[in-house]
Amino acid sequence: MSELTLLEAVNRALAFELDKDENVILIGEDIGVNGGVFRATDGLQKRFGAARVVDTPLAESLIAGMSIGMAAQGLKPVAEIQFMGFIYPTIDQMLSHASRLRNRTRGRLSCPMVLRAPFGGGIHAPEHHSESTESMLAHIPGLRVVIPSSPARAYGLLLAAIRDPDPVVFLEPKRIYRMLKQELEDNGEALPLDVCFTVRQGSDITLVTWGAMMHETLEAANKLEAEGIDCEVIDVATIKPLDMETILESVQRTGRCVIVHEAARTAGFGAEIAANLAEHGLMHLFAPVVRVTGYDTVMPLHQLEKYYLPSTESICSAVRKTMAFA
Amino acid sequence: MLTMKKVASFEVEYFQYLNADSQVVAELPSFAQNAADLIPFYREMVLTRLFDQKAVVLQRTGRMGTYASSEGQEASMIGLGRAMRREDVLFPTYREHGVYFARGVSMTEIFTYWGGNESGMNFSRVPDDFPVCIPIATQIPHAAGAAYAFKYRKQARVAVAVCGDGATSKGDFYEGLNAAGVWNLPCVFVVVNNQWAISLPRSKQSVCQTMAQKAIAAGIPGEQCDGNDVIAVYDRMDQALRKARSGGGPTVLEAVTYRMRDHTTADDASRYRQQEEVDQQRKRDPIMRLKKYLVEQHAWSEEQDEQLLSEVGADVEAATKEYLDTPPRPPHTIFDCLYETLPKAYLEQMSQLSKQGEASHE
Repeated sequence: MSELTLLEAVNRALAFELDKDENVILIGEDIGVNGGVFRATDGLQKRFGAARVVDTPLAESLIAGMSIGMAAQGLKPVAEIQFMGFIYPTIDQMLSHASRLRNRTRGRLSCPMVLRAPFGGGIHAPEHHSESTESMLAHIPGLRVVIPSSPARAYGLLLAAIRDPDPVVFLEPKRIYRMLKQELEDNGEALPLDVCFTVRQGSDITLVTWGAMMHETLEAANKLEAEGIDCEVIDVATIKPLDMETILESVQRTGRCVIVHEAARTAGFGAEIAANLAEHGLMHLFAPVVRVTGYDTVMPLHQLEKYYLPSTESICSAVRKTMAFA
Repeated sequence: MLTMKKVASFEVEYFQYLNADSQVVAELPSFAQNAADLIPFYREMVLTRLFDQKAVVLQRTGRMGTYASSEGQEASMIGLGRAMRREDVLFPTYREHGVYFARGVSMTEIFTYWGGNESGMNFSRVPDDFPVCIPIATQIPHAAGAAYAFKYRKQARVAVAVCGDGATSKGDFYEGLNAAGVWNLPCVFVVVNNQWAISLPRSKQSVCQTMAQKAIAAGIPGEQCDGNDVIAVYDRMDQALRKARSGGGPTVLEAVTYRMRDHTTADDASRYRQQEEVDQQRKRDPIMRLKKYLVEQHAWSEEQDEQLLSEVGADVEAATKEYLDTPPRPPHTIFDCLYETLPKAYLEQMSQLSKQGEASHE
């Protein structure tokens, strides 16, 4: 057992799987000698060699497209896109090929690849380095979209993503890369994909979130406890496919729900959860479902980003508003 | 004194053995020295042409979906397809029907796909070949990835990507070539330059003299051949494949041919190109060119030709019947191959569709 940051947990999971399975190959920009711009792959090229931890030319579509060719040959490529802001050239490859190769060959070929990318705001990064556009990816049939919210979750979910027989987009909330440490055993145990995790039990209201926003959401839950509001907190973890069962089961008990995400509101993934609650949970609700999200604006540069990102206080105030319904 | 020095230079070679008049214009490679050895090439070219004509008829009579005709490109397709080994892997466009046939894919499979059923891409004889690639040039990085796997596993296999002249304008084309150069990957990139990208002529696609020279920017060799001369295509493919297989790295081969028909059955080429140009190009027809040569070499006769047309025509009819007799898949199977195991989240949608399918069947 050792105390690890989320970044170190990613590194350990990659190392564990590289060591265990020679089909696992890491590809990406600056991931070799440099160990990645955030150091997620630090030391891995030295340990596993340049044929397995591969620095690519500066070409994101290539990285995704190559991964598809490798995966169809039975390798298990884990590709790094340096920032989510540079993931867009890969969308053609992910949408047109990775997500549907199994279907369009009726199971003859498959695409067991992982596309990793750090995402989200809050680290004073340059333009194009802070967006959260996970819902764009969640709209693509055939993909999995997985977002860890803690070091333990990052370790277990990344192992599961690499071992999964289908393509997984693994989005790492970079604001919490080094923010917190967690006791973690590097034992190769994966966590299940496709399920939400209930991280705090409560009876008054269900708070649903993922990624870095888990931090503010838990902070809000603790603060609200002092006010006598007992919050249940759910970490969605795999946003696609969505485990609506866990969320519905919770909302059936609490009758109230606040969804928190960093991404812009319109067509953000919160809308999908809210729509599902309206379809399947309406009769259990005491209050309207509320979303606490980023604004429908372009992500501002860092002087103003703190106004864009949902805060502990904005979550608390949404909860209080929801609790005000009798 | 300031002097200028040349820091790079290149040239692009052009290969042709049999010209448009079926005259031998260069010393034939060994595989082609005995004309009778070219009969299997001729047979597959004829088969591809008859398949193509049938496919267009099926579409025009409402028995198949939109189809991309390959008429006029038979030498390019059969030359490259026959040069590949079975264990090599193909990454084609949507117009390479003949390459698939040369690799053992059945006509029924190709009819089935264009007939609107993904099962047609579940090839029984080439388990690793990629399905047709519809988005332009996106298959080029796939080939680089597969080639990386061959190299990593020390397998003597080659990834062959085929694209058109239009694809050379896209980023994925260059990204794939460049990466194949960086890692010296066993790849052959074939540019089937058929002069037209839907309505855009070759002259407006790029002002570069050849498409082959686009390889030079990636630091890999590029060469051009007469894509209507099956001897040239096979010979250059064979050389490029041997080189790739033995660790010599990637090659770009541009096969200059012509798209005789509309882009697809949904297109009308008379809107943007002159019939005179098409008529002119018909004189370069790859099948007539080879036939004339075989006849002049006394390796082939009109009687044999009639016999072949009737045999191959019967094969095409049999495949057509097999395709038309294949019932559509049950609707719920659109969920079957979405993931290896369908996530719980989608079970309800699948059961909803199953019920709907049963109801509409009743």
